[in-house]
Amino acid sequence: MLVALRAALIRLGAAVTVGVWRLGYGARFFVYLIVHSGTAFRRFRLTMREIYFAGVLSLIIILVSGLFVGMVLALQGYETLQRYGSSEALGVLVALSLVRELGPVVAGLLFASRAGSAITAEIGLMKATEQLSAMEMMAVDPVARVVAPRFWGGVISMPVLAALFSAMGIFGGYLVGVVLIGVDEGAFWSQMQAAVDVRNDILNGVIKSVVFGVAVTLIAVFEGYDAPPTAEGVSGATTRTVVTSSLAILALDFVLTALMFTGGA
Amino acid sequence: MADPHIAVIEDLSFAYDRRPVLHGIGLKIPRGKVVAVMGQSGCGKTTLLRIIAAALMPTRGRARVLGRDTGTLDRDGLYALRRRMGMLFQFGALFTDMSVFDNVAFQMREHTNLPEDAIRDLVLLKLEAVGLRGAAQRMPGELSGGMARRVALARAIALDPQLILYDEPFTGLDPIALGVIARLVRQLNDSLGATSIIVTHDVAETLPLVDYVYFMAEGRVIAEGTADQVRRSGVAFVEQFVSGAIDGPVPFHYPAAGYEADLGFAAGA
Ligand SMILES: Nc1ncnc2c1ncn2[C@@H]1O[C@H](COP(=O)(O)OP(=O)(O)OP(=O)(O)O)[C@@H](O)[C@H]1O
Ligand SMILES: [Mg+2]
Repeated sequence: MLVALRAALIRLGAAVTVGVWRLGYGARFFVYLIVHSGTAFRRFRLTMREIYFAGVLSLIIILVSGLFVGMVLALQGYETLQRYGSSEALGVLVALSLVRELGPVVAGLLFASRAGSAITAEIGLMKATEQLSAMEMMAVDPVARVVAPRFWGGVISMPVLAALFSAMGIFGGYLVGVVLIGVDEGAFWSQMQAAVDVRNDILNGVIKSVVFGVAVTLIAVFEGYDAPPTAEGVSGATTRTVVTSSLAILALDFVLTALMFTGGA
Repeated sequence: MADPHIAVIEDLSFAYDRRPVLHGIGLKIPRGKVVAVMGQSGCGKTTLLRIIAAALMPTRGRARVLGRDTGTLDRDGLYALRRRMGMLFQFGALFTDMSVFDNVAFQMREHTNLPEDAIRDLVLLKLEAVGLRGAAQRMPGELSGGMARRVALARAIALDPQLILYDEPFTGLDPIALGVIARLVRQLNDSLGATSIIVTHDVAETLPLVDYVYFMAEGRVIAEGTADQVRRSGVAFVEQFVSGAIDGPVPFHYPAAGYEADLGFAAGA
């Protein structure tokens, strides 16, 4: 009994130590990555390529998901609003929900599973097949040449994807609310314009999407770079990227929302 | 240029974490020669090569490569050193997201300011040397193992290195491809005026090719000599190695000192 307890405590301690150690290692990796990001900007073509892979190739899933989320929002929102006789506020509801929350959060989650996992798998496989060691042997820093362009490609793509998600969602809301259900079109747009504030809503939404972009891409490149150089190692790292970055998005969203939208704002 | 040795390793030991792999290794690699380091799988050959390439630092002892003590170099010093070396990896390690051409051009684009048409000429020259100019636009995934090895070789010599390191250049090749690579290794060494270190367990293919041989077992150098010395001596160790007999006349864990005397080679020459 006592032995089992002791063993459990030792395991717990080890798990905590490993977790803290990894967090510190990740932080040092982040600093190193930022310091060695020069190449990613001097030779922007490298980063452009990653914007294509992380951003452009994610467009379809982002646009389609945005459309459906907006359509569902309009259906549900209309249902509730009309009970209080304020169905012309549908535009406000759809736009605020998307710009403040659903755009950055859902786009971030989709981005993590579509692009984040791909980044981790690619870097992990490059490590497992000694491509990163080969690069190092050729006196080329793999963090500067491989990791940094992917990081910045993701960080640049994410806010754009979130904005497109929101735009598409608003369009979906318009389709269902105005075209299908028949909410007054003038009211739909004018109320939305009046209620959505550039600084309070749009800028805060953009800040969220930038923070999520940094978090997801950093987790993705770190997990790939740190993956054990085996098939199981890479697959485990890919799973961890999706799980960790999804949790990170939701936790960060709570913190950011608490900071942005409470206390007078 | 005064130093006749391009790499000198003295009393070098290495451990992965707590696990010792190399014990008091001593090697001298003369300039311009092709030197082989042979030994059983898992005896620490790749590890030794990584230490020479300054990718790993010795736990004890010194590795002096191209006139630099690898343990004393900072990041810039390391990179400057590595630019003067080429390395062929055990599994090729071609960049899978780039064509054969771009793989060979990689270092030229990273390290020189050559215009693109000069790079083109150089890359085609290197690919011609390994007989693969026609495959320049293929992707690594579309190559056979032997072709991939040759591309990796072309990439390793892209910047005319002074020291070329080969990790198991012959494994997994058919006899023809093997002959091609073996001839290339010698040719490239002599035409570039470089020095080559080959790490391998293929004794039969390697001996005709090299000028000097070190034998390793369990992380120690147990024998050394020129290829002729080794061949003529009819060493039981080499015989056993070639035939792959498990229970040969000489067990691998034979005490090192006694064995060296047995072979009649000067210790640490
Ligand atoms: N990264 C590592 N971490 C821990 N141990 C390692 C690592 N790499 C190799 N080893 C161990 O070090 C020893 C020597 O490995 P090394 O790769 O140098 O052998 P080798 O002589 O190149 O073998 P092979 O001929 O099979 O390529 C082996 O026992 C191996 O298990
Ligand atoms: Mg090896």
